[in-house]
Amino acid sequence: MLTFTIRRLVLAVPTLLFISLVIFLLLELAPGDPMAQVPLTVPPEVKEKMREALGLGQPWPIRYWKWLVQFFWIEPQVLIDWMFGTTFSANDLRVISWQTRSPVMDIVIQRMPQTLWVVGTAYLVGILIALPIGIYSAYRQYSWFDNAGTFVTMVGFSVPPFFSGVLVIVIFSVQLGWFPSIYDTTHRVTDWDSFVVQLQQMIMPVMVLALQITSQMSRFMRASMLDNLNQDYVRTARAKGLRERTVVLVHVLRNSMIPVITVIAIGIPSIFGGAIITEQVFKVNGIGQLLITAIEANDLPMVQTLTFIFAVLIVLFNLIADVLYGILDPRIRYD
Amino acid sequence: MKLRTLLMGAIAMTALAPAAMAERGSDGNVSIIYWQAPSILNPFLSGGTKDVESSSLILEPLARYNPQGELIPWLVDEIPTVANGGVSADLTSITWKITPGILWSDGTPFTSADVKFTWEYCTHPEGGCAQLSKFDGVSAVETPDDLTVVVKFDQPKPFPYGPFVGGESPIIQAAQFADCMGARAPECTEQNFNPIGTGAFKVVEFKPNDVITLEANPNYRDPAKPAFATMTFKGGGDATAAGRAVMETGEFDYAWNLQLAPDVIAQMQAGGKGTPIAGFGPLVERIHLNWTNPSPSLPEGERSTEKHPHPFLRDPAVYKAMSMAIDRPLLVEIGYGQAGRVTCNLVPAPEAINSDTFTCDQQDIEGAKAMLEAAGWVDSNGDGVREKDGVELKVLYQTSTNAVRQDFQALIKQWWEEIGIQTELRNVNASVFFGGDPGSPDTFQKFYADVQMYANTFNGTDAQAYMGDQVCGTAPRPDTQWQGANISRFCMPEYDALYETLTKTADAAERASITRQLNDMYVENGGVIPLVHRGRLSAHSNTLGGVVLNVWDTELWNAADWFRKEGS
Amino acid sequence: MTEPVPATPVPPKGVVEAIPTRPPRSQWAEVWQQLKSHKGAMTGAFLFVFIILAVMVGPLIWRVDPQFLPQGRDFINLRDTRPIYTALWDSGAKVNWNHPLGTDNLGRDTLARLLSGGRVSIAVGLTAMVLSIFLGTLIGVVAGYFKRLDGPLMRLTDLFFALPLLPLILVAALLFRESLSASFGPEGGVFILIVALIGVTSWMQTARIVRGDVLALKEREFILAARSVGTSPFKLMVRHLLPNVLSPIMVSATLGIATAIITESALSFLGFGFPPDFPTWGRLLNDSVDRMVLYPERVLWPGILISLTVLSVNYLGDGLRDALDPRIRGR
Repeated sequence: MLTFTIRRLVLAVPTLLFISLVIFLLLELAPGDPMAQVPLTVPPEVKEKMREALGLGQPWPIRYWKWLVQFFWIEPQVLIDWMFGTTFSANDLRVISWQTRSPVMDIVIQRMPQTLWVVGTAYLVGILIALPIGIYSAYRQYSWFDNAGTFVTMVGFSVPPFFSGVLVIVIFSVQLGWFPSIYDTTHRVTDWDSFVVQLQQMIMPVMVLALQITSQMSRFMRASMLDNLNQDYVRTARAKGLRERTVVLVHVLRNSMIPVITVIAIGIPSIFGGAIITEQVFKVNGIGQLLITAIEANDLPMVQTLTFIFAVLIVLFNLIADVLYGILDPRIRYD
Repeated sequence: MKLRTLLMGAIAMTALAPAAMAERGSDGNVSIIYWQAPSILNPFLSGGTKDVESSSLILEPLARYNPQGELIPWLVDEIPTVANGGVSADLTSITWKITPGILWSDGTPFTSADVKFTWEYCTHPEGGCAQLSKFDGVSAVETPDDLTVVVKFDQPKPFPYGPFVGGESPIIQAAQFADCMGARAPECTEQNFNPIGTGAFKVVEFKPNDVITLEANPNYRDPAKPAFATMTFKGGGDATAAGRAVMETGEFDYAWNLQLAPDVIAQMQAGGKGTPIAGFGPLVERIHLNWTNPSPSLPEGERSTEKHPHPFLRDPAVYKAMSMAIDRPLLVEIGYGQAGRVTCNLVPAPEAINSDTFTCDQQDIEGAKAMLEAAGWVDSNGDGVREKDGVELKVLYQTSTNAVRQDFQALIKQWWEEIGIQTELRNVNASVFFGGDPGSPDTFQKFYADVQMYANTFNGTDAQAYMGDQVCGTAPRPDTQWQGANISRFCMPEYDALYETLTKTADAAERASITRQLNDMYVENGGVIPLVHRGRLSAHSNTLGGVVLNVWDTELWNAADWFRKEGS
Repeated sequence: MTEPVPATPVPPKGVVEAIPTRPPRSQWAEVWQQLKSHKGAMTGAFLFVFIILAVMVGPLIWRVDPQFLPQGRDFINLRDTRPIYTALWDSGAKVNWNHPLGTDNLGRDTLARLLSGGRVSIAVGLTAMVLSIFLGTLIGVVAGYFKRLDGPLMRLTDLFFALPLLPLILVAALLFRESLSASFGPEGGVFILIVALIGVTSWMQTARIVRGDVLALKEREFILAARSVGTSPFKLMVRHLLPNVLSPIMVSATLGIATAIITESALSFLGFGFPPDFPTWGRLLNDSVDRMVLYPERVLWPGILISLTVLSVNYLGDGLRDALDPRIRGR
């Protein structure tokens, strides 16, 4: 397994380089103009000058090479400087966003807390609710609990967050006035009271996101459990006189985890990617909002960097999932 | 009921206003929400409205426009004119006298050197300054002493109030930006995010595309202002959410540019926490008619260019009938409510240059049909579409994605089909539509459609540059990389000649009259079908006092005067 | 351990009651028998057929043009009509028997819009789902089964996961829209473009899940047994692997319909989909969110219809899964 992991990690480098090239070319090909949000009152010649100042006049291979150097050579230096107080990166040009004219990575780091707080919590809550629901629904298939669960999760998944988000805002912010409708990213948690405020502003976005995550995850959990509950080894385990709890939660669960692990592993990078619509609805202004505004403003360095970080996480977590398959089911061999 | 609320409000205003203006920072925090989040606080590097307006809290110009569209001195003693000797008789220079005693927020004095530096900064060839056009024709900026600025033009400038006037052309501090000239401009993150200004507020923390935290400028020139100690400037989301946060939940005090249907606004207002306010600049929602043929059967590079005139849109009967079939009052009611008025002009404001030649507030379907009939456009094959000489009246009608625009499209399509013009609709994502990517077929510059709808305006009160957008030879075309302002591909030698006269005329009344004639010429000859004179609609909470909506300058122009109404 | 292969013509040994008391029947007859007695599946099927019939035949019965706007004075009178049932609790409500579900802010009939919107939404939802499931299953099974293809195919999956959707759509629209609408007409072209885009950008999860399951399955004894009797890889995949990964595929399929319907509305909203006056369920929902408080019916109806469609497919899928599982068949 170790050699497999190492081999995959080594292979990941060319894969990621290729992915970064594809993303770059895709963004290059996509119609769009960083000047789209500049008012029409600014004359076209001035816009052309502004584009030149952004470096848009250069051919794409040069710009791609610049981005590679900035991302893989200069940004790590900045990180080292920041950790050890050295000055390797002094005077080097970092990956600069076209919208803000500031280093992309600084903004990403600035955005991480709110995304992790909201999307991360929602993910955790979602998994914690989904697994028990999925397990019990499968164990008692077609019971009223299962049917209710099916109904709620299916409706929950069919209702898009642009609707459910606004619905909870109308109910809980406008009508009841319990929670703020706009997330305050400058809020600092210092004591119990400020923690309560943080909880209040998190609860609605977490609720909306967790509903989606729970719906999806619990369906996969249930389906996978159902597949395994009727297998012969379950009967064997019961025949051996094992307790029902052990049979279901150890034997069946372990064998049912492969699809669920896959879904979770795919989902974790998306925590980083943020939840674009939910973040927009609640003004959480995390990574998701950063990505969508960058796409709308055609801020190519920002989009490229964010998508690439996302790609790294995907490759990494899919590798972790593959390793986990081997642990869950020792028959799976990769070599 | 309404009257009573109004009266109560008025009483509250008069009773509490003096008390509230007692001292700087006495009213706590004020919060503003812009549904487009500011990305940078240096308006020279972005040009986006959100960035210009947010930075106007910090950076100020020498003179501003007031809500009536008149110039008022801001950092100077008076507006220079030919009469008071501030503008030279040959119109080639203007002299500004800075008010003594103005300090930057770091405590250093504001001098003419800063003004001169701002010009140098923006006109640096490698800087990519968004407000470069403000400095068109400026040959030099001279500083005879610390408080005098002389702007020299290379030729007579009938309207010399471009540089350093209005929200788009503020002054930055020379000391702070000295190392940020030209190509180095983007590297100055610290300066671009925390500019030192003369405005009522200064930046505490700037989170790009998210939130700005500001506090009262301790060195602001009026010791009693601003009334608020701190300000939160949140960005992001959508107009609906911003309106809700001000008018329904009361979380925020001011929401910018609520482009929402009137019934949605009315329902929010019923929330009782805030009030919408509207003001009218020269913004007009209009349909541009394509003078050239956008047919996909033409080879790429000739489509929508002067090589191929449009098969039927140049016929006055057609475009006049199209205009007559439109029920403008209904459009206003559906789409803009109190923030819209019927207009038949490209230039609806200021009042002096608003032409009164046309009337168009009556829909006339029958008249439109008769006009087409008389011009020989008849439906001979009974398919509901009129034709003449084998040319069928079929139009592709595109616009950017926006709820109100899609409603307009549906309505106008219905009316046009009624008079026998088949209409196909298309909506394009705004960031593609308004982007100038020459590789995309969907930009408004390429105009691969017969008609397209969007809104445009001009800065300040002088429409010369705006009228100049319609002269021949400025149309977007392949050899200009599809850049150019003449979207309709309008071309009339008479128009160009009259425009030439405008650029040489100094007398205000004469200029207004020429502008009106240019407007009439453009509309009469089918460059454009004006639809709605659009106002800006913003909302403020009922506890925020001192808000005066200004459409000629930035909306936050008088944030220094804002205060908290007590007890309401 | 017995092999869980549904293809076996004899009833599985594990089932005690399965002593042949009636003549052997084909596998599909068995499956159908089982499906018929599955209450959930039958409800789901009934509902699904009902919705399909409603949107296919409905516009022929309810012959109101969904794009028609009333003119002149009618416009003011007919816009913002409430559904007739609101008169039950609000006697002052503006209702009109000609518009049983009311009209929108431009006076267009809501019932007609729901019916014709459903046509597109269901067509897009189902086709895009089928495409995405087909791609996902194919890539998943092949990658899981052939060790040599696993690496490249999974890296391809990683790539597709990482691609940002919006720029991808922009590029696809740029490259293919004109040629597609030239050969299939404007609406047909848009339909193909949307379905292809949604399908091509949503198969990855299915592929990963199927591959994970296949990796585990192919080490099981029954696969070894099948291989040892010389079953060709293709047959092995179709007859032995595929039936055993059916349940996660079913889940993906149900969730996929909902995602496709919503994604279509997002695409059209951004201007890459159908023309703006072309109603679809997702679009109706999207357009009405701003007026949710005053006119709740405008969000409720499309929301309910999307949910019902997804629910019905879900129950149908559940029943199908049960019916295809030989171990519980006949119980």
